[in-house]
Amino acid sequence: MGDIWDILPGLGDKLAAHVVLSASAIGLAMLIALPLAVWAGRSQVVARLSLSLASLVQTIPALALLALFFPLLLSLRAVFGEGLPTLGFLPALMALTLYALLPILRNAVTAQANLDPGVLEAADGVGMTKWQKLYLVEAPLAAPFIMAGIRTASVWTIGAATLATTIGQPSLGDPIIAGLQIQNWALVLAGCLASAGLALAADWLLWWIEVGLARRSRGMTFGGIAVTLLGILAALWAQGTGGEDRRIVIAAKQFSEQYILAQLIGSRLEAAGYEVEYRDGLGSGVVHGAVASSSIDISVDYTGTIWTNYLGRKDNPGREVMYETIREWEWRTNGVRVLGRLGFENAYAFAMRGDRARELGVTSLTDLAAVAPNLTVGGDPEFFERPEWIAVRDAYGLSFARSRNFAPTFMYNALQSGEADVICAFTSDGRIATDRLVVLDDPEGALPSYEAMIMLSPRIAGNEGVVAALKPLLGAISVEAMREANMAVDREDAEKLTPKQAAEGLAKAAGLAK
Amino acid sequence: MTTPQPLLVFEGAARAYGETVAVAGVSCAIAAGSFVALVGASGSGKSTLLKMVNTLVRPTGGRVLFAGEDVSGLKPARLRRRVGYVFQGIGLFPHFPVAENIAIGPRLTGEKLPPERIAELLALVELDPALASRMPDELSGGQRQRVGVARALAGEPELLLMDEPFGALDPVTRDALGRKVRELHERLGLTTVMVTHDMAEALLLADRVLVMDKGALVADATPRALLAGEGGAVAQRLVAVPREQAERLAAMESLGETRG
Repeated sequence: MGDIWDILPGLGDKLAAHVVLSASAIGLAMLIALPLAVWAGRSQVVARLSLSLASLVQTIPALALLALFFPLLLSLRAVFGEGLPTLGFLPALMALTLYALLPILRNAVTAQANLDPGVLEAADGVGMTKWQKLYLVEAPLAAPFIMAGIRTASVWTIGAATLATTIGQPSLGDPIIAGLQIQNWALVLAGCLASAGLALAADWLLWWIEVGLARRSRGMTFGGIAVTLLGILAALWAQGTGGEDRRIVIAAKQFSEQYILAQLIGSRLEAAGYEVEYRDGLGSGVVHGAVASSSIDISVDYTGTIWTNYLGRKDNPGREVMYETIREWEWRTNGVRVLGRLGFENAYAFAMRGDRARELGVTSLTDLAAVAPNLTVGGDPEFFERPEWIAVRDAYGLSFARSRNFAPTFMYNALQSGEADVICAFTSDGRIATDRLVVLDDPEGALPSYEAMIMLSPRIAGNEGVVAALKPLLGAISVEAMREANMAVDREDAEKLTPKQAAEGLAKAAGLAK
Repeated sequence: MTTPQPLLVFEGAARAYGETVAVAGVSCAIAAGSFVALVGASGSGKSTLLKMVNTLVRPTGGRVLFAGEDVSGLKPARLRRRVGYVFQGIGLFPHFPVAENIAIGPRLTGEKLPPERIAELLALVELDPALASRMPDELSGGQRQRVGVARALAGEPELLLMDEPFGALDPVTRDALGRKVRELHERLGLTTVMVTHDMAEALLLADRVLVMDKGALVADATPRALLAGEGGAVAQRLVAVPREQAERLAAMESLGETRG
């Protein structure tokens, strides 16, 4: 794990983005929560209502809260125009702000409610106005408790901000999510260390301010505030020097193949003189809308995904008709240009361990249906919600004893360890070959095809330079070459490659290397 | 009795909280320079009546005149600067040192008290001027209430309101501070209204005792008159307690060392 120390210094820009995002969210939460707390101190209704709402927000998992802002902002474009960003900083800021409200609000309200009534009576008795009472008495006496709430909010926010990666906001979550995907534990650890370190540092600084407020030590209070502000300013400055003219943004969903293809596309564009930026680890649900709204410029998507999720089709007219229909539909409804197909398929397929399949005498989905009631099926988190699963289940009358969700990379380990008897694998996955898995036949043709396509956002759909740089990729990538590249990234021995290295190998295999 | 111009007048002052009547239309006039004790059991409405003077409680009926003006028409900050207020909770601001606590009233009206004036006020309540820089939590209970009195006097008030001011103090401190307040009342030419449930304290410190019961004024007499049996049943029941205690103590004393 010595490479952690090589990775950490490279995380500077992620750290800066993480600091700016977290600080903005906490700052905004304070701007909302503190006046609200003052109001709540004067009205029971406001107190109860605002605390219930803030608690309700806490019950939504952070990941879901982040993802929910994408469709919300998309629909708000009707009001604010096309310039409204739907991915990245804005939705991340809004979600994290909501998340940070509760601890600040609750501590501020509690602190106010617990102020010594004698002191409040004295404030009235000496003739203070409501404002004078607030800033001379209530605020200074409640400040240490409010600060404790801000500390809690900061630690939560810095932790939750790692999830902003999934909606396209760079953060310290980038190495964590990428590392989990390609099983690069040094990368995961580096990201975790950096964000934990940041959380501890923030906690310590704010503790310093809290103690300063409690002991009424101006030195401690203002020293702590000054150091905190300096840190935020340094992060802002580091971010500001990044250059803001718009580059070409390439998306990658959360699996190895997407990381490799993003690198492959990026390297070709860089070779053609474009500046590129990667948004890795996006939730697969947001990528399509992001390309349609030009928040992202290039993605690799699959015919079956678009067919069922966005066209809402359940039939299977064959691969050519599917592709042509999608191409025409994307252009007409979204202005998205489907540049073409890469040449391989990453379809859903049911796979079993060779020995287990032989033991049960299963070679096709028809055979599987007979023994399914005693078996456990594993799938990625979205699989059991997808129409493909429903189509296959209904076509063969599949009914399993149990179904379990795994992250795509862990699914194969589950199959090896016997935690799942059959999994829904992907045809381009390298582990089908290395783990000697049996892919079950689909005699009913219930599983649609999943051909990989390059999608261009409306913003660059007409950019001939980009088109020229990417055209040679079309039809050039075989499923074997893709499997090999995926395998090289997923393996855990000395020959493990980074997605960038695997992309170079893939380019060579496709005959595109210089 | 010579009656100078009344400083404080209650005209049918009443306060109700929903159905509950705390003060049921009290009328009386308090002359400038007098020391009036307002006595009654808990819940008799004496504190509520007092707080109507500095508008901490707004009357739901009638009115209160201070130096001829209806208090509800005066700006609270201005009014409260002219009316010192001392209460059982003391309510020193824990985040201000003693000097800032004392100077808070004038500060609110834009005046900064010089250190000499703070020292003078501390001396007035028999505290070491060196305490000016201490925080309230470094003081004893008695010292704190002395600071509370100094704070109430800082704005050179015409009227001093005290709501159970010595209730939380030990008997020795209580006695000493009571005498001190009476002395300051004379020296500074104050008009003082003190709420207390302790009839002995009222009889010993005040020149006039008002007795309240269930929101109404039931007796208005001098201590001497009360001790002579005037003022009605409620007042006499309150007077009986310290009198009986004193008699028992005297009896015990006359028995001498033979007992016990």
